[in-house]
Amino acid sequence: MSSKQYDAIIIGAGHNGLTNAAFLAKAGLDVLVLEKNDYIGGATVSRELYEGWKYSNCSYVCSLFRPEIYQSLDLGRHGLEVVPLQGSTTFKQNGDYFGSYHQSTVRRREIARHSKRDADASIRFDADLMKWCRLIRGFLLRTPPNPTSFKPRDMMEFAHLLKSFYSLSEAQIYEFIRFFTMSIAEYLAEYFENETILAHFSGGSIIGTGLGVYSPGTAYVLLHHAMGDVDGNVGSWGFARGGMGSVSKAIASSFQAMGGDVRTGAEVQQINVKGRKATGVTLASGEEINARTVVSNLDAKRTFLNIMDKKDLPEALVHRAERFKIRGSSGKVNIALDGLPDFSALPKDSPLTLGHMHFTDTLERLERAYDDWKDDRWSQDPYLDMVIPSQYDPTVAPPGKHMVSVFVQYCPVEAEGGWTDQKRDAFGAAVIDQISQYSPNFKDLILHAEIRTPREIEAEVGLTEGNIFQGELTLDQLMFNRPFPGYAQYRGPVKNMYMCSSSTHPGGGVMGAPGANAAREILSDLGRTDTTPRDFGDD
Amino acid sequence: MSKVIQQGPAHDFKKVLRHSPFHDRIEQQSQIKSWSPWNGYQTARVFDSLSAEYFAIRSSCSVMDLTPMEKYRITGVDALKFLNRLVTRDISNIKPGRVTYVVWCNDEGKVLDDGTIFHLQQGEYRLCSQHHQLDWLLISSLGMDVTISEETHEVAALSVQGPTAYSVLTAAGFVGLDSLKPFGIVHTSFNGTDVTVSRTGYTGDLGYELWVDPANALSMWDCVFSVKERGLYDIRCIGLEALEMVRIEAGFIMPGDDFNTAETTIRAGHDRSPFEVGLGWVVNFDKGHFTGKQALLKEKALPIQRRLVKLSVEGNKSPDQAFIYDAKNGNNIGAIKVQCWSPILKANLALADIEYANGKPPTELWTEIFYQKELAWRVQWARCTVSETAFWSHSRRSATPPPAY
Repeated sequence: MSSKQYDAIIIGAGHNGLTNAAFLAKAGLDVLVLEKNDYIGGATVSRELYEGWKYSNCSYVCSLFRPEIYQSLDLGRHGLEVVPLQGSTTFKQNGDYFGSYHQSTVRRREIARHSKRDADASIRFDADLMKWCRLIRGFLLRTPPNPTSFKPRDMMEFAHLLKSFYSLSEAQIYEFIRFFTMSIAEYLAEYFENETILAHFSGGSIIGTGLGVYSPGTAYVLLHHAMGDVDGNVGSWGFARGGMGSVSKAIASSFQAMGGDVRTGAEVQQINVKGRKATGVTLASGEEINARTVVSNLDAKRTFLNIMDKKDLPEALVHRAERFKIRGSSGKVNIALDGLPDFSALPKDSPLTLGHMHFTDTLERLERAYDDWKDDRWSQDPYLDMVIPSQYDPTVAPPGKHMVSVFVQYCPVEAEGGWTDQKRDAFGAAVIDQISQYSPNFKDLILHAEIRTPREIEAEVGLTEGNIFQGELTLDQLMFNRPFPGYAQYRGPVKNMYMCSSSTHPGGGVMGAPGANAAREILSDLGRTDTTPRDFGDD
Repeated sequence: MSKVIQQGPAHDFKKVLRHSPFHDRIEQQSQIKSWSPWNGYQTARVFDSLSAEYFAIRSSCSVMDLTPMEKYRITGVDALKFLNRLVTRDISNIKPGRVTYVVWCNDEGKVLDDGTIFHLQQGEYRLCSQHHQLDWLLISSLGMDVTISEETHEVAALSVQGPTAYSVLTAAGFVGLDSLKPFGIVHTSFNGTDVTVSRTGYTGDLGYELWVDPANALSMWDCVFSVKERGLYDIRCIGLEALEMVRIEAGFIMPGDDFNTAETTIRAGHDRSPFEVGLGWVVNFDKGHFTGKQALLKEKALPIQRRLVKLSVEGNKSPDQAFIYDAKNGNNIGAIKVQCWSPILKANLALADIEYANGKPPTELWTEIFYQKELAWRVQWARCTVSETAFWSHSRRSATPPPAY
């Protein structure tokens, strides 16, 4: 047993763990981050699995990462650069396509090409979505209030929540409540008439979610994907130059510059608890490390069911953790290409290859894709979110070659009869077959592919069931209900133990907010100066 | 895969802005190539000199391409019923051949846009608007036997404005303008080509708007400019900047610039009612139901909270992006939205959104003007005076027949 006692240990070197560690180190604490893998990043990682190519193995685009954290940890000087991604396309089965061009005038003309009415309706849609974005963005860097507490701070926070809420008109409050409980298909039907446009805008609502486009609650998931921004352009997404691993590397660099330690290859087996207080951790190697504060960046299920002893936990919490909704529903295929693929539908030099590409042009196909998942099958006709960052990031593939990142919805946690390597490869083949229908030379260009089902994501990253959000983003698991009622303020069930993962408010995505919010609570408990940034605010 | 079926004609993503049917001539006339996008079209800001363009409108004859303006054709048995429920003004008395200015609101009585309704033929209307309205028009047409179609790109429009506009068009061979009253429409011709002429405009001066098939746009342009070729009258192209000056002088508002339109408002309280933008005179509670009526009745019963007002600002320093105060160094009660120096009045004119107290503007209004001399910033307080009528108007705007030159 090492004699040293750290001020804080953070379990898991994902972006939230590192963010949490950095703000604690900034306050002068002696902080150690422990990572089970031989590399840091968790799901915010870029690995060279094929020489010359850097894949963004899990998360692949960046929008939600809080600019306040970026600025406060000086991540630009630590090597982070987020380049805006340009536009998006849905390819149609009839050989046509819908392109949401980066240039607004061309985008409007393209919507009007599909429906003149939808071109005008998109103005109403954008404004309405922005209303909800603006409201929700105000809560990202705040600890959710406990709605049942009468402590002055909770009452103040709850008052703030209500004030934000009631700055809406009466009609808007009704709309907002409807929005949180509607399916994306129902919500979009209040704006758009064109089938392709409906399918195009629905995609963001099912990504990472074990729900279909007709399931209540999916409208919110669209907001979760629209509330981020790149340099103030709300709803925009960007590439982290060098892959998403650059985000965690920059945070780690900032953390280490402030004196923090990171140990890789150090899997935590147990959070040690003595007398209802966390005292440190025991590694899989048997080594014990002591710390005054222990922070888990693992998801809520793993934290309470895997690395804590049930005898240290309230029974009700164990039940909550067992029932926490963290369904794996996504896969990922990362591909090294020998050149830029052709897309039959797109004219030469179309800027649309620079953005997100999707190949599902109707709501019905999206729902059928979900049906397969319910039956423990990967979608035979999946929803893909494909990007080719190497078109503008020179660091992820050799000159003239390309790196393709394909997010796949849906892929089951357990394929019928259990996953095998053959089934994994068949899943990858289904994805590549769909792309090939729209890009005839795609298959010929493939040099290497990394295929990841929930099985691989859970095994490598440690996300339970491979759920990318560390818990479904449904209303019962959001705000003061995340991860569980009574545990939304980042404090664990024993003293000196905290949670900072995406299982806590405000949830999944490479946001950094859970890490920063947890740091604020820890520093407050320790009576230290708050080093976490204040929300930039709106008006 | 099945063969390629395009929804609509494919478009060139490299050509971002459309060219209007008049573009070839506009391109020739543009000396400084100063362009802005307007409703997806490449539009001139200034052709060569702003002051020359301004004085073309106020002293001789100006020409401006209006094609980018949103246009909707509204027909069908319920066309009148539909429009009367859409807008706040009673338009049942707008006879064929007449135009009227209108504003329309959402259910909360907040302004969505303003525009003009042209009663082209019996039961056949054109609605012109600043912003895209097709979605709202279709929502509003529920249960009505009405056909609404956007015709922005199918009608070329040219505005001819200024003291000699009548003389120029008459000399160019446009017949029947002598008896055309303000807000009147005449279906006439030039060189045997059909054209619709309305005595309308956004300048507050004598002027006409010519509506023509895009195929005849260039020949119409040439016909108008032939008057200049013959050495009879000067005619000058004007851009968006000169238009902005004269519309402020005339006290015309621009939704989206002077106040936030309801559909695009995100923050509560940033939208405006017709009363709040000085358009109470186009709200008619005596006609039947119209969208926003209940909310507007409720609002009307209470003292007005705020107004977009016309302000003359003393001195000659430009009150650009300035706050309004209720006293020198007093309380901040609003802000200037748009402003210009009026060369004809030698005064700074502005439209400002200000808070009223007990239904009245404060007795004093001041603005704090930051301005630069040789890159050095200075600040000066200036007193503002509310103007209830247009800053500038002229009898030639409404004289029929108009004065000839």
